Amino acid sequence: MALVTEERTASLTFAEELRQRMLGETINLCYQCGTCASSCPVAKITPSFNPREVIKLALLGERAEVVSGEAIWLCCSCYNCDERCPQKVAIPLAMYALRNIAFKEGFIPNIYSEFASAILDNGRIVPTSKFVEKKRPTLGLPPLQPTGVDALRKILSATGFVKLYQKKGGSS
Amino acid sequence: MTSYALFLGCTIPARQPNYELSARKALGKLGIKLVDLPNMTCCAPPPVQSIDLESSYAVAAYNISLAEEANLDLITLCSGCFESLCAANVALKHSPEFRAQINRSLSKAGKEFLGNKEVKHYLQVLKDDIGLKRLKQSVSKPLSSLKVAAFYGCHALRPSAHLRLDDPERPRLLENLIEALGAKSVEYRNKLKCCGGLLRGYSDEIALDLAREKLVNTSKAGADCIVTLCPFCFVALDIGQMQVRSKFNETYDMPVLHYTELLALALGVDPKELALDTHKIKADNLISKIS
Repeated sequence: MALVTEERTASLTFAEELRQRMLGETINLCYQCGTCASSCPVAKITPSFNPREVIKLALLGERAEVVSGEAIWLCCSCYNCDERCPQKVAIPLAMYALRNIAFKEGFIPNIYSEFASAILDNGRIVPTSKFVEKKRPTLGLPPLQPTGVDALRKILSATGFVKLYQKKGGSS
Repeated sequence: MTSYALFLGCTIPARQPNYELSARKALGKLGIKLVDLPNMTCCAPPPVQSIDLESSYAVAAYNISLAEEANLDLITLCSGCFESLCAANVALKHSPEFRAQINRSLSKAGKEFLGNKEVKHYLQVLKDDIGLKRLKQSVSKPLSSLKVAAFYGCHALRPSAHLRLDDPERPRLLENLIEALGAKSVEYRNKLKCCGGLLRGYSDEIALDLAREKLVNTSKAGADCIVTLCPFCFVALDIGQMQVRSKFNETYDMPVLHYTELLALALGVDPKELALDTHKIKADNLISKIS
C-alpha cells in the first residue's frame, strides 16, 4: 500500500485507486461468481448490501455512486467472503478502501466521526470514564495504565490521519 | 511461568470489568503472567481501518513495538484486537517495503516495528502453553451440569490465513476447551455466523437481526449459556437481548459468558469475585446449577 496523494489518484482508474489502498490486493480478478454474496450474513437480510454488486460497480468505475452510497458501510467485517472467494479478492479490505475514499470526500457516518475524534483525544475509540477508573480497585483490578495518546497523535499526523480528520471539520 | 504483555484494548477497560477480572484470575491460576505495559492505545480495528487503512497499520505496529521493547509476546482478550494486531504483524513481517513505510511514521514518535514478536489469542495460549490435559487436571469444580453454546464470533478465526487459530469453517478449539471444564458443548444452527456487533451504531436494525438469530438458535438447542471470546459479541448478545425484548417482545434469558468467566468458575474462583452483576442477563440460575 503506497501513500495515495491527490495528484497521483487524479489519473488513476477507480479500480487502480482501490488497489493502491489495499496493500496491492486486486479486485480486478473478480469474475462475479457471487460466492461473497451467498456467504454474506448481511446480504441475506437486506437488499441494501451485496458485496458482488459493490465490486461490480467499482470495476465499472461508478465511483460517485459507490462512494456516496450506503452499501459500503453495511459490511459487517465478518470475513466469510474473504475466506471463500475463489479468486482471493480481499473483499473486506476493498470495503475499507472504499470507506477510506468516502471518508476523504466527506461521506462520513456520524459514528465514524466519533471514532476518529475519540482515538485522537483519548488514544481509545471507546474512552474510559473517571467513574470506571475509580471502581477498578474495589473490584480488585490494577490501575489502568496511561495510553500513549501523544505518541499516537505524532504517528497519525505522519500518516495523514490528523489532516484528514481536520479537513472534515474535526477540532482536534 | 510464561509472561505476556496484556493487550486490553478499548472496550474491556471501559465497559467489561467482568471480562478483565475473570481473565486475570483464571490465567493467573494457570501460571500465565500478564504484564501491563504503559502507553498502549486502541489496536486500530475495522472502525479505524474504515477511516484510513495505512493509519490503522501504523497504530497496530506502534503497539506491537511496545511489546517488542519489553521483549514480550502480546496476548489479547478481544478478538477485534487479535485480528487487527495479528494482521498487521503478519503483513509487516512479510513486506520489508511496507514495514519501512510504516516505520517512517513510527519514527516520529521514536518507535520502530522490528517484527520479532507474536500476537496471540488467549485461546492459543491455553492450547499451546497449558494444553487440554493440564487444563482438565486444573479444574476443581467441573461444570458437568452445563450445556454450553460455543460462539467464536468472527475475528478469532477469520481471516484465517493471518490468524491461524483454527479451521475457519470447522473449528473445534473452543468446544474442546469448554469440554475440558466438564461442560457439554451443544451444536446449533449457523454457529459461525456473525453477531452483527460491528454494525451497532450504524445500522442497529441489521445488527439486532443478526444477534437475535443467535438467541433463537442457541435457545432451540437447549443451551444454558452462550460462551463468547470478544467484548463486541458479548455486548451484541447480552445488551442485545434487552433490545430484542423491547423490539420483538421476545424474552430469551440466555446468559452470555466470556470463556474466561466459565474457566474461572471451573477453576474454583468464587462467583462473587467475578463482577457477574455487570451482565445485563443475570447468570444466577447458571451459578446455582453449578454450585
